[in-house]
Amino acid sequence: MNAKTPSRLEKILRAGHLAVTSECGPPRGSDIGHLAAKAEAIRRHVDAINVTDNQTSVCRLCSLAACIRLKLMGLEPVLQMVVRDRNRIALQSDILGAASFDIHNILCLSGDHQRFGDHAQGQNVFDLDSMQLLQTVRRMRDEGRFLGGDPIERPPAMFVGAAANPFADPFEIRVPRLAKKIAAGAEFIQTQCIYNVERFERWMQGVRDRGLHEKAFILAGVTPLKSAGMARYMKNKVPGMDVPEEVVKRMAGVPKDRQAEEGIAICIETLQRLKEVPGVAGFHIMAIEWEERVPEIVERAGLAPRPAVA
Amino acid sequence: MIVAERKPIEEILPWLEGVRSVLVLGCNECVTVCEAGGKKEVGLLASALRMVFAQQGREVNVGERTLERQCDPEYLDELRDSIDAYDAVVSLACGVGIQFTAERYPSKAVYPGVNTCFMGAALERGVWAERCQGCGQCLLALTGAVCPVARCAKRLFNGPCGGSTAGKCEIGPDVECAWQRIIDRLKALGRLADYETLIPVKDWSKDRAGGPRKVVREDVRS
Repeated sequence: MNAKTPSRLEKILRAGHLAVTSECGPPRGSDIGHLAAKAEAIRRHVDAINVTDNQTSVCRLCSLAACIRLKLMGLEPVLQMVVRDRNRIALQSDILGAASFDIHNILCLSGDHQRFGDHAQGQNVFDLDSMQLLQTVRRMRDEGRFLGGDPIERPPAMFVGAAANPFADPFEIRVPRLAKKIAAGAEFIQTQCIYNVERFERWMQGVRDRGLHEKAFILAGVTPLKSAGMARYMKNKVPGMDVPEEVVKRMAGVPKDRQAEEGIAICIETLQRLKEVPGVAGFHIMAIEWEERVPEIVERAGLAPRPAVA
Repeated sequence: MIVAERKPIEEILPWLEGVRSVLVLGCNECVTVCEAGGKKEVGLLASALRMVFAQQGREVNVGERTLERQCDPEYLDELRDSIDAYDAVVSLACGVGIQFTAERYPSKAVYPGVNTCFMGAALERGVWAERCQGCGQCLLALTGAVCPVARCAKRLFNGPCGGSTAGKCEIGPDVECAWQRIIDRLKALGRLADYETLIPVKDWSKDRAGGPRKVVREDVRS
């Protein structure tokens, strides 16, 4: 398959390499130096870097500005865009803004509800949903038109992605939901973090049964656990997250000062198991405020060096 | 029905500083059914106000009246002969009735005695839940007669978000996931395959986004 955009991530995936992406969260202020340093630390170990968009509804420096910074550093950003905070005018406007800096990847998301964040009394927008945003970006790119129908001069050339959560309910529509996102225009998928590999494998079986892995690139998501407390929190408090009891037990079974190492070890083992799952096209490593460990995870999982593409 | 909740008296009292007579005005429709602004609640608020005024040593005439509807000029006209006896009105109707009363009697101060919450229905005695937001373009045919606009916290049109867990919404264990309900309904109807039909971008111009709305029926207009 020929690449449809200048995206490096797209080229790597279409060349048949297992891709590796990671992500950085922007700061809660206007000093972007820390984010630049986090991104610099993983430069040679990942193919692209997602920049989150006010994740968990906590107000932060905008994803677009942070993506521009990464782009100016010669990195490959993935612009995360949630439909919670902006209507169709603002969404399309920001897509053009990103395109003007040749940002070539976008991840279309709903966004966590604002009640999780620091502005729980705010209004939410949800003018479009994440699938309709996928359709919108594809229309802008492929037809060169705004949602309203008017033509766009120099349309955005973006590789279009979506998220999938194999662990949310109802389980029976998790594969149909992926099919729907692909029908809406998703070309790559980044999944929720995987701790329950068996359940993920069951989902992938359903994905393969419908040939969906041939229609979009599935990047399996992982997040290294820092502590037994984090494992318990993810298990009990994060909606749509599936952390099996044996993972919590394994983390709790080692002394506190070695739990971080255990978390890294679990993450690497998970990646190695996921490499064997047919239809997985790559990995999305979400090391939350722990980006400095990403190079080691990539190396120990046998995913280094990263391929060069023209 | 339109569901409302009574405002705490502490919120109402400052508006009534200096008044010598106030009419507590109920409505016999929705707010009676949801027990926020019918004859019974008019009596309760009026008694509570009289007690407070007595404690304050104020002589305030507190009148009580409940109209058939406050959203209908015909019934509002029933106040024409008596309303001048009052300095202010505390309306226990929904936001519609409060405004209609004020429009009918432009020189009268009209204050809200309830918070108007939503269009909904009783799940059981004392529990009311939202079902409709009046978006102006009903999509219930596509979603097994469960509304994602009113019942999904993100009003998603194409399926549950990643936060749906065991039938509950990510915003809290007391909130049902609308999309779980939609999927259950489609399954019961043998129409689960319909889930994969993409629901297109919504025309929100028929919603409040398009500005204040009006329905005009020339055929029934007098």
